[in-house]
Amino acid sequence: MEPQTSQTITVTVNGETYEREVEARRLLIHFIRDDLDLTGSHVGCDTGNCGACSVIYNGQLVKSCMLLAVQADGARIETVEGLAPEDGKLHALQQSFSDHHALQCGYCTPGMLMSAKALLDANPSASEEEIRKGLQGNICRCTGYWNIIDAVKAVAR
Amino acid sequence: MLLREVEYVRPSSLDEALRLLAADDGARPLAGGQTLLNVMKARAAAPDVLVDLNAIEELKGIDLAPNGTLTIGAMTTYTELLEAAETKARPILGEVAATIADVQVRNRGTIGGNVCSNDPTNHLPPLMVALGAEMVIAGADAERTVKAEDFFLGVYLTAAGPGEVLTKIRIPAGRSDGFAAVTIGADGTCIVNAAASLNGEARVAIGCVAAVPVLIRPGGRDADAVRDAVRGADLDPPSDVHASGEYRRHLAEVVAARAIEQASARS
Ligand SMILES: Cc1cc2nc3c(=O)[nH]c(=O)nc-3n(C[C@H](O)[C@H](O)[C@H](O)COP(=O)(O)OP(=O)(O)OC[C@H]3O[C@@H](n4cnc5c(N)ncnc54)[C@H](O)[C@@H]3O)c2cc1C
Ligand code: FES
Ligand code: FES
Repeated sequence: MEPQTSQTITVTVNGETYEREVEARRLLIHFIRDDLDLTGSHVGCDTGNCGACSVIYNGQLVKSCMLLAVQADGARIETVEGLAPEDGKLHALQQSFSDHHALQCGYCTPGMLMSAKALLDANPSASEEEIRKGLQGNICRCTGYWNIIDAVKAVAR
Repeated sequence: MLLREVEYVRPSSLDEALRLLAADDGARPLAGGQTLLNVMKARAAAPDVLVDLNAIEELKGIDLAPNGTLTIGAMTTYTELLEAAETKARPILGEVAATIADVQVRNRGTIGGNVCSNDPTNHLPPLMVALGAEMVIAGADAERTVKAEDFFLGVYLTAAGPGEVLTKIRIPAGRSDGFAAVTIGADGTCIVNAAASLNGEARVAIGCVAAVPVLIRPGGRDADAVRDAVRGADLDPPSDVHASGEYRRHLAEVVAARAIEQASARS
């Protein structure tokens, strides 16, 4: 194996497998948004601070602006587009965010939802403290967080 | 953000990684990427080749020897550190790992990357110095072991030089450890931090006050002795938007005393 400036990768996103040629300098978030046209994941800060780009990568929550697309060769990725079970139906977390008024502008919401999903996948009965800690990597400039915590708490049990 | 053009390779063995690093002066190891990618976005560094260490099994895993010595692979993530059964033998490791940034950063960031980046505000450099850790470094032809207090050379500069890979960190047995920090927000970046260990001689290492962790060996094992020793160390910390140098000097005493109190409570 020798170093290369671009490479063909195979990635499974929300159950669908994609094969694409990508440049080594391409961040995973841009691959997801621009190459796969899955624009639910957002770019807030591009420095690993805001969490708007959070996706679940091989079962683990990551910030997709902090990985290269080439690193994802062979990976399984879940994005916000994969949450709803079918068209017209919402995932329990999405419904709860709506019910609890847990979003205003919605910019942070895809990342918040993926962080909440990763947390509840690992710990379905997360306490309020665990929810606060689990969402620490996601910044919201609108809501003041209380309603987001309530929305996740309502789904945890 | 678009990075400068770069080549990428993901070797599956350490030998292969060392060969690739030796082949190009502009090659750099990529561990968790949680510092390096930001540095590349800011164009503060622009490596020509990224040698991704993520597929190298030899750099992963934690071993607990019968004598209590922990050997931690450089590519062990913070999440693995805080979840592994082995690291419960030295509880401070998981406790500190749990306070680094957030879930996402902890899932990717590695113990090796944390010490190799030697950002003066990082959590693990002072902890490694206080615990008396040893760093195992592999180069093209030889392997060597460096004590943590000799490993950190300057800001973003360590004994693991160009072409070399930190492979593992050895940590002796012990439980009487403490860590305290004043941070920017809960689990945020440290303004000043200190780690203390009372296994054998008392060792306190202070972070964020100089380019490398400052190791202090206080005369006594109580908080007053530690405060005196910190005062006697003539620290000259930097000033920035978060704290003046003078305030950092004050905090250094406070967090060092807190760390030693936590360590004493466990002896
Ligand atoms: C939002 C955010 C907040 C953060 N807050 C904190 C914090 O509060 N405290 C803290 O300690 N850290 C913090 N970090 C930094 C984080 O812990 C990084 O993970 C860590 O500094 C670097 O580890 P890494 O594995 O990501 O290494 P990388 O970023 O991949 O590498 C860092 C450097 O080390 C070199 N390197 C890596 N591994 C090796 C090796 N085995 N041998 C030789 N060289 C190697 C690389 O070439 C590179 O120069 C934060 C990061 C982010 C994004
Ligand atoms: S865009 Fe990735 S963390 Fe902000
Ligand atoms: S709802 Fe606007 S950033 Fe969170």
